[in-house]
Amino acid sequence: MTATHADYRLSQLDQLEAESIHIFREAAAEFEKPVLMFSGGKDSIVMLRLAEKAFFPAKIPFPVLQIDNGLDFPEVAETRDRWVSRLGVRLVIASIDDAIERGIVVDDGKTSRNRLQTPTLLNAIEENGFTAAFGGGRRDEEKARAKERVYSHRDEFGQWDPKMQRPELWSLYNGRLHEGEHMRVFPISNWTELDIWDYIGRENIEIPQVYFAHQRRVFERDGMLLTETPLNPLREGEVVTERTVRYRTCGDMTLTGCVESTASTIPEIIEEVAAARVTERGATRGDDRFSEAAMEDRKKEGYF
Amino acid sequence: MAMDLLRFATAGSVDDGKSTLIGRLLFDSKSIFTDQLESVEKTSLDKGHGYVDLSLLTDGLRSEREQGITIDVAYRYFATPNRKFIIADTPGHVQYTRNMVTGASTADLGLVLVDARHGLTEQSRRHAVLLSLLRVPHLVLCINKMDLVDYSQEVYNKISAEFTAFATKLNIPDLEVIPISALKGDNVVTRSTSMDWYSGPTLIHHLEHVHVASDRDLVDVRLPVQYVIRPKSDDHHDYRGYAGQVAGGVLKPGDEVMVLPSGMTSKIAGIDLFDREISEAFPPMSVTVRLEDDVDVSRGDMISRVKNAPEPSQDIDAMICWMTNAPLRPRQKLAIKHTSNSGRALIKDIQYRLDVNSLHRDLETKELGLNEIGRVQLRTTKPLLCDPYSKNRTTGSFILIDEATGVTVGAGMIND
Repeated sequence: MTATHADYRLSQLDQLEAESIHIFREAAAEFEKPVLMFSGGKDSIVMLRLAEKAFFPAKIPFPVLQIDNGLDFPEVAETRDRWVSRLGVRLVIASIDDAIERGIVVDDGKTSRNRLQTPTLLNAIEENGFTAAFGGGRRDEEKARAKERVYSHRDEFGQWDPKMQRPELWSLYNGRLHEGEHMRVFPISNWTELDIWDYIGRENIEIPQVYFAHQRRVFERDGMLLTETPLNPLREGEVVTERTVRYRTCGDMTLTGCVESTASTIPEIIEEVAAARVTERGATRGDDRFSEAAMEDRKKEGYF
Repeated sequence: MAMDLLRFATAGSVDDGKSTLIGRLLFDSKSIFTDQLESVEKTSLDKGHGYVDLSLLTDGLRSEREQGITIDVAYRYFATPNRKFIIADTPGHVQYTRNMVTGASTADLGLVLVDARHGLTEQSRRHAVLLSLLRVPHLVLCINKMDLVDYSQEVYNKISAEFTAFATKLNIPDLEVIPISALKGDNVVTRSTSMDWYSGPTLIHHLEHVHVASDRDLVDVRLPVQYVIRPKSDDHHDYRGYAGQVAGGVLKPGDEVMVLPSGMTSKIAGIDLFDREISEAFPPMSVTVRLEDDVDVSRGDMISRVKNAPEPSQDIDAMICWMTNAPLRPRQKLAIKHTSNSGRALIKDIQYRLDVNSLHRDLETKELGLNEIGRVQLRTTKPLLCDPYSKNRTTGSFILIDEATGVTVGAGMIND
């Protein structure tokens, strides 16, 4: 029997998975001390799943790092802890509260916690001596991200210089570093929001409940629906109502908006995402609205 | 049905309408989101443009928008019901070669745009040469702005014939020529009603149906070992797996294999894909292979068939695309990365510089400047397990790295 080429085809999801696993293995082999940035959101959970696959049956050969901004959804932290204990990986937590206490960042009451994340992250990378940090950034998320390499070089200040990016050819990633520099590695660069959901469905991956439709007390601010919480006091004229919502992305609770939705299963979410006319970030991320180049500017400072 | 994936790189100079075409593909396939479009509309208005500038969708960096040019490769995504597309959108500006090479290195298909009013330019020829040098197996020539030449069949025939004649001098296994108007949408996603004389596919139909699976090498088994998996746990005490992404051929349990460079032989005991054993592995799967014997295998080694193995060699003959300002000169020492293997390389000789416009070989020049391509002889510190690039794009390619700065400065394709 002769096999034809048609027998040897991989679906696009399998191709993306194979590429991501290749990137994980490559970085784990080349960098002395990698770490996986893990928020507990859907993208970082898919990342952890891919890392699990890349090194199976051995354990994931690097720790995970969470930047605790003190404003995470409780459901996200719970899911994160379950994943960490199931896989037996070491969890390193760098908290913004702790960074404020130690004088690494200053809380002036005006700067968003999202911005305080960057110095906290850079400090954690430096203190732990991490030489590479895996991140769940996707190029479809945002136009500055679309320009980012799979291996994204950061100088000793943790800065990204978009004009000085290394050309990235074939699947040959260049991991050369000088003392004090580090690399951000993005294994799911080529995935889209829909790919993530297809994969979560296919692999039956546990994700935080906030992604599914539920009743929540919310109020409207800047065209977004935000959750009611003492961490985010209401302003004049803002009214809390109970609605059926879900989150498309999980970040800082005070800045991340939810969308009205009745999608309570993965297939329903896939259907909804496929029909969505607004991007994930456009719909729900307050932190990207500061300027046309908000993401680019934050990335230059060292944001992931 | 499981979707598959097509990666393509766009080429053509700025005024040929590349951004408009990408905008049209994204827009008509409903891949532009309203918030993105609103932001582009707002910026266009702020800048005083009389139209919605779709290039703002792809020019993602502050400095790109300031200067109104594309500096770097951007990756864009869209999907139709049965295929997902990754576009490497490469800039048409001055630094064309380096960025074209970057974008085209992973592409299954190259898309070259020409303006119907001007016909073939130096730029379109140059891009075709680069795509052929990089062995991008499929090429589409889009003759754009057909609306500005009254949808003339004569214009199409003339450009098409000229390009086909030029392409015979190159290595382009599959060429399609499509007359379009990106602005009006003719033959991009919907069939044009103004060109009855054209019976070929629309661009999207071609992109959806071009057969890419057959471009992979399923004959010559190549598994560059990336990572050795040794759990050392109670459950998997004796597990020893060689992990990597299959670069060629089909591997099956029971196959006799050779490990290079040691030349030791063994049999495949099993192939693991995460927690399940599979009966065969083929490109581009990332798998873990176990061998029957306890042979010494480490990162940088290659698993292949016994009678069909790559030749370990320290003397490499390759085409190099040089990507940095300081020129490449003989006697220079650089770091080299080839599959999962790294070493150092010495430039022995620069045989010629290739003029990508005329294909003329300049034998006089003994250096390569920024964006220049030439034939170079290198000597490496340790043997590389190479194939000709024409046979395998993974085992036939390498990058050169400046050891002082750590920057990728060259891309290499190994000659036959």
